[in-house]
Amino acid sequence: MSNTKARQGQPSEIELNRRAFRKSRKQKSTLVAILSTLGFAVIAWLSLVNTPGWDRVQKSFFDYDTAVAALPHVLDGLLLNLRVLFFSAIGVLVFGLALALLRTLRSPIFTPIRLLVRGYVDLFRGLPLIIVLYLVGFGIPGLRLEFLGRIPAEVLGTTALILTYSAYVAEVFRAGIEAVHPSQRLAARSLGLTYTQSMRLVVLPQAFRKVAPPLMNDFVSLQKDVGLISVLGAVDAVRGAQIEVAHFANFTPYVVAGLLFVLLAIPTVRLADYVTGRLAKREQAGGVL
Amino acid sequence: MSELGPMILNVKGLQKSFDDKDVLKGIDLELYRGQIVALIGSSGSGKSTLLRCVNLLEEISDGQIFLNDEDISDPQINQDEIRRQVGLVFQAYNLFAHLSIEENITLALRHVKGLSTADAKTKALALLDRIGLAEKADEYPDKLSGGQQQRTAIMRAVALEPTLLLLDEVTSALDPELVGEVLELIRDLKAGGTSILMATHELTFARDVADWVVFLDGGVIIEEGPAKEFFSNPQNPRTIEFLQRLRRRAGDA
Repeated sequence: MSNTKARQGQPSEIELNRRAFRKSRKQKSTLVAILSTLGFAVIAWLSLVNTPGWDRVQKSFFDYDTAVAALPHVLDGLLLNLRVLFFSAIGVLVFGLALALLRTLRSPIFTPIRLLVRGYVDLFRGLPLIIVLYLVGFGIPGLRLEFLGRIPAEVLGTTALILTYSAYVAEVFRAGIEAVHPSQRLAARSLGLTYTQSMRLVVLPQAFRKVAPPLMNDFVSLQKDVGLISVLGAVDAVRGAQIEVAHFANFTPYVVAGLLFVLLAIPTVRLADYVTGRLAKREQAGGVL
Repeated sequence: MSELGPMILNVKGLQKSFDDKDVLKGIDLELYRGQIVALIGSSGSGKSTLLRCVNLLEEISDGQIFLNDEDISDPQINQDEIRRQVGLVFQAYNLFAHLSIEENITLALRHVKGLSTADAKTKALALLDRIGLAEKADEYPDKLSGGQQQRTAIMRAVALEPTLLLLDEVTSALDPELVGEVLELIRDLKAGGTSILMATHELTFARDVADWVVFLDGGVIIEEGPAKEFFSNPQNPRTIEFLQRLRRRAGDA
């Protein structure tokens, strides 16, 4: 009956003592964490700057003036990366989902299509992205198809990224579709929904939720790999940095570009962690989602 | 028994095998409008398979199934069209996990029956109100008790106004204290004239509410008859043994 009393807003003496103890224990551990982190940071910093050769390393990789001078050019390039990222991501989602759906078709008529999709996925998951970039980026212009005109390098790069990443994402989607319990599909069909309706209204919405975390991981990968379009001559952040490196004979611009990519990735990584954590929590609570 | 209405379901010589395992070995069954026919039998006797065959979720191996005199086992028939007329409720509810319980009901109303969003919502709320869940319309299935989920699942099927409602051991996954509310709903539906074919382990309920009881064992009908007679005076030794076993277990619990 002390339980009901506590719920009415008057915690017992014992509970108050427990709370006080927990609070002081928490404060103590926070304090310890702060002190140990500070101590470690100071030691790490001191040993770094006192290492022989640090001056040269700093000059070569972390030169402030070079960083400031290179930044505008690198940022300009990053805008191109973001554009490529935007169109690649959309292309990958659409094409990857289409591949996954084609692979789930059961009817014997679609056997050739299923085999084709499977071959595609096997091929592009195995092919190194850089080879696809070379083949598309240099190979297609090499065909001299007059009606296409001159295709910008970033468009060719985007195409190569979509081709490769769709193969991965298709597999993620397929796994998600298969992870939706068959009873859900059965229930949908028993209500008279057609195959397509069941897929669109019941299976896919649940599959999307299941694959959100792995999809975001692939998105983080894509964020970095958009830098590879520089090999086709597109002046993106990496290529911009490369030009600055050659100009200043100093590697700092690469570090600047690298840090910018990291900054770009952090929100996505955090979001992925958050979403994954939330889904895990729901599952632990016994929910189906 | 008063005179029978038109025949809704007529199963003739139905056979179903999975690979080389014969699950149904020639089932004959009739169901007339407004009737409840109860299928009883131990698990593995073929009850669920029979229901799934009637809903065309399984391809049958031989025999014929007629719904309102139409041969629905004809592969040339539009199966989705037939499934619209035959509702099926599952043992594990199978509510759509990503939709609120109201949306669970409106989904097929909108996309199968073609109702507008507003009309579907009105109808869903009325149905939820009937089972006392109108306030929970926006809740997701995993927030509801098993009994509430199962009643919602029944309403999801009833919403389409099916010619025939199939209930597949709808109380078997429920806690004992939640069984009553679901059986009460089925009683209501019968009073409203719904034709029901149900697989069940609830013998008392079958005796009180069903018009006809069919005992399945090993894929064949061992014995059948009007509910009262079937339970008060079973003929076949296997029926007697089954009923005793089930009653003993119910007595123990």
